[in-house]
Amino acid sequence: MGLLSDPNRRKALTNLLTRLNTPICIVCYLAAIVWFMGLAFEPFTLRTYMSENAMGSTMVEERFSSGERALSLAKEFDAHKRKAGGMPVEWLVKAMQARGLEVFTQSFSRKLPFPDENKERYMVGGRNVYGILRAARAPRTEALVITAPCSPGNSNNQAVGLLLALAQYFRNQIYWAKDIIFLVNEHDLIGMQAWLEGYHHTNITGMEYSPLQGRAGSIQAALALELSGDVITSLDLILEGLNGQLPNLDLTNLFYAFCQKLGALCTIQGKLQRNDWDTAEGYTHAAQTMMLMVLKQACGRSWGDHGLFLRYHIEAASIRGINSFRHYKTDATTIGRLVFVLHRKLVATHKNPSCRCRCSCITLAFSVSLQPSSPGMLTVLTPVVISHLTGVALYLLPVHLQEMAVEHFPVSETEAVVLTAIAIYTAGLALPHNTQRLLSGEGTEQGWKVLKLTALLYLAVLLGCTALINFSLGFILAVTLVPITASITPHMPKALCALAMVLLSPAFTILYCVFIYQELIEAPVSVGEGWMLFLSVISQGILDHALYGSLVYPLLALFIYPCWLMFWNILFWN
Amino acid sequence: MAAPLTLLLIVAVTIRAVLFRSSLAELISERVEVVSPLNAWKRVVEGLALLDLGVSPYSGDVFHETPLMIYLFHFTVDYAEIVFMVSPYFVDCLSCLLASLDRAKIFRKQKYALESDRYPADCLELLRSPKEMFYIPLKVAMFYLLNPFTILSCVAKSTCGLNNAIIALFIFCTLKGSALLSGILLALATYQSIYPLTLFAPALLFFLQRLYIPVNLRRSSFWCFTLQYAFIYVGSLVVITGLSFFLLGSWDFIPSVYGFIFSVPDLTPNIGLFWYFFAEMFEHFRLFFICVFQINVFFYTIPLSIKLKEHPVFLIFMQIAIISIFKSYPTVGDVALYMAFLPAWSHLYRFLRNIFLVSCVLLACSALFPVLWHLWIYAGSANSNFYYAITLLFNFGQILLVSDYFYAYLRREHHLTHGLYLKKKDGTEATLVLK
Repeated sequence: MGLLSDPNRRKALTNLLTRLNTPICIVCYLAAIVWFMGLAFEPFTLRTYMSENAMGSTMVEERFSSGERALSLAKEFDAHKRKAGGMPVEWLVKAMQARGLEVFTQSFSRKLPFPDENKERYMVGGRNVYGILRAARAPRTEALVITAPCSPGNSNNQAVGLLLALAQYFRNQIYWAKDIIFLVNEHDLIGMQAWLEGYHHTNITGMEYSPLQGRAGSIQAALALELSGDVITSLDLILEGLNGQLPNLDLTNLFYAFCQKLGALCTIQGKLQRNDWDTAEGYTHAAQTMMLMVLKQACGRSWGDHGLFLRYHIEAASIRGINSFRHYKTDATTIGRLVFVLHRKLVATHKNPSCRCRCSCITLAFSVSLQPSSPGMLTVLTPVVISHLTGVALYLLPVHLQEMAVEHFPVSETEAVVLTAIAIYTAGLALPHNTQRLLSGEGTEQGWKVLKLTALLYLAVLLGCTALINFSLGFILAVTLVPITASITPHMPKALCALAMVLLSPAFTILYCVFIYQELIEAPVSVGEGWMLFLSVISQGILDHALYGSLVYPLLALFIYPCWLMFWNILFWN
Repeated sequence: MAAPLTLLLIVAVTIRAVLFRSSLAELISERVEVVSPLNAWKRVVEGLALLDLGVSPYSGDVFHETPLMIYLFHFTVDYAEIVFMVSPYFVDCLSCLLASLDRAKIFRKQKYALESDRYPADCLELLRSPKEMFYIPLKVAMFYLLNPFTILSCVAKSTCGLNNAIIALFIFCTLKGSALLSGILLALATYQSIYPLTLFAPALLFFLQRLYIPVNLRRSSFWCFTLQYAFIYVGSLVVITGLSFFLLGSWDFIPSVYGFIFSVPDLTPNIGLFWYFFAEMFEHFRLFFICVFQINVFFYTIPLSIKLKEHPVFLIFMQIAIISIFKSYPTVGDVALYMAFLPAWSHLYRFLRNIFLVSCVLLACSALFPVLWHLWIYAGSANSNFYYAITLLFNFGQILLVSDYFYAYLRREHHLTHGLYLKKKDGTEATLVLK
């Protein structure tokens, strides 16, 4: 225990740390960024790594040939959808029953906290239809799910058509060892949430739903299909789920291997995989794909219907058909074959959680004041309590005050919520001036140092916990927050530092992420459009939290924002 | 002092009432860090239900509370929340009172020592003045009532709060000087969970010091008092155990409660050190390692009593800390008990060397416990090793805290006898190292 009990060695170490404080911080920060960007560099990653129990892509034959049937079913579904003005429940029930499945429906309803302007809904009610194909032996023990959403308009008709065609084909095979559930959900994620909650007898989001009449075994894996056209040139695999969760990445490898075997083009993040990793373009391409994934994970929303399965520890992925007007086209038969072989493999595999996470956990060191000091608790507690109260206000008030805001201002409810949030955020910036003068007069030199120490420790623990749960979110927050918070003191030029702090605050980080995301998906936007997108991102974040239990909004409002306010307080200490 | 104390009580009651009524209460009562199989409220309710049906509550291996506890709740189950709200205040008032008792004793001792010129000239600054000690009872109260660990333990309705109350009452009676009450309460505390048995030695040393009986194995007065105290203690224990037998009509509770504590059959993860180890253990070696781990708890009594025989109050603090670190099913409520007494040693602050490291470790671990539990059980991207790593780190932080206070206490005593500024034989400044 030399280091902990020998005073001389300790003194030497602490002197070293205090002297080299700033260089160590800078080196750690830069090393972290370089290491992270190095994840996109091919030799460092384990692209072809297959875990010991991994699913190989061999030993499965595929003979699915009802691609044309799938497309005609899609047209029928479209017609009935238009006639019914929503989900054609009776037709779906009849169609599934005709294919020998046990069909059940579930109705659900939910009132959103405020109207969703992107999808134009407020009071949502609908029905899910699902059919269970029982296994020949040992039914009701384990199950797989194939799902296709019933979306308004022209989207996803082919997905439902393919689902029904597959159901017929699957029915004729005798070797299924797991039940297969074919689910058509209404109102995409809300319907999916209702179905999952009904299946697992939980109620975490306050949804009202009718209990499920029929149940298969415990779900092992799920596949969501999104096909909106007769002609598909590539299949995009979507992995990101709620709160940045990913499925077992063996599923990705499996899908990719099957795509190659069947001659379909598979894209990740909408981009094709390249082989020239040693060139600059190759690396840029890989880095862009990685940054896209980081941004998608960090925002915590589920990018496909599969995202909600991950919370129940069910490996799930979404397959979206993209028509990018390439020369080489994939037809529905091939897609059907792909889904079929994927399912054969998933049925034959037992669940195994042995997948290596690609992300390396990097710790960013902070400069920590090493002087023990004991000023009054009040100087530290006051800013902490006030910052957290502001955070609580930011979390609770926008949704609760929307009626009052709509009365007094000519805005819609959604705009009221978002603008209230921004208003509270900006109002928090005025706090230090007022509360400092009101409560304790001038702050002491020791006071701000202790506050900075507390705030840095708090930020460190917060970023560590966030990085463990959602690494992308933790990384993005760390990259923007660490430089300014580590170096802030009340003695720096106030105007410049205030500007830097505001430009690196969580709200602006979201704004930058919106612009970067638009750049990366090759659809750059102007400033005005970017601002509107930013507002819609905030409203979607609040809705995701209310509807599906996403943690990004409460984390930012209740923890990151108060932490940032404490540093803002330090800047305006005198 | 009354006004701040009342304000503190009101704030504490408000926080607990708000949490009791919120949806967090159910979430907290299922956290493994806050409840253990020995003191979970769910299990008490199960035992009560079995008792109402006329079946022995110990059948089914769910219930592990003592019969007196089950009868207490039999009569107060409708007021359970009030019972759990009251017990921290009980502990808290007792801690306040015993901090002030301790204070009076310390002043008396200091006065005598000063008058007899026993302190070297340069260590007057080490003496404790009334002004600095005036707020210690309030600080002790604050440390216990507003400690998040206590609040969590109270909201989860863990019976750990009641065990803490009994131990606090025991310390109070010891400091007050009543050997009879102290023996009875120690017997009650031992009856609840066996580990307070180790508090027999410091209590005995305290009474011997109080009655000016020297601790000398050859003196008859020493043996006289020891036998008296031991008789009170063992007698009360026998009476309480017999009472439990007559309450339930069988000896079932002995294997269910004490057998459970000693043989650790339930390996649910908690903040202690036992679960992971015994999950990995081969059956062949299980008995050996059970003995090793359990002896570890009791063993430190002997060297600590020898070293701290002049300072029984500090010895009580050390023993409570060691029990809460090394017991078989610790929870954060046990940690909160010894942390409440830290302000009583605030004069040692200048000699503490690791306090910053310890606070950071404990803070980080408390934040990481729920995160890694979530990652292990719900997200599936971690496993038990991650959680046990945080457990190990948490216990390491606690051990470092306890050993730091031990070092600081001994160092202050050394300075009080040898002067504050120590010089080596050649005149250079010396440093004290705890080896």
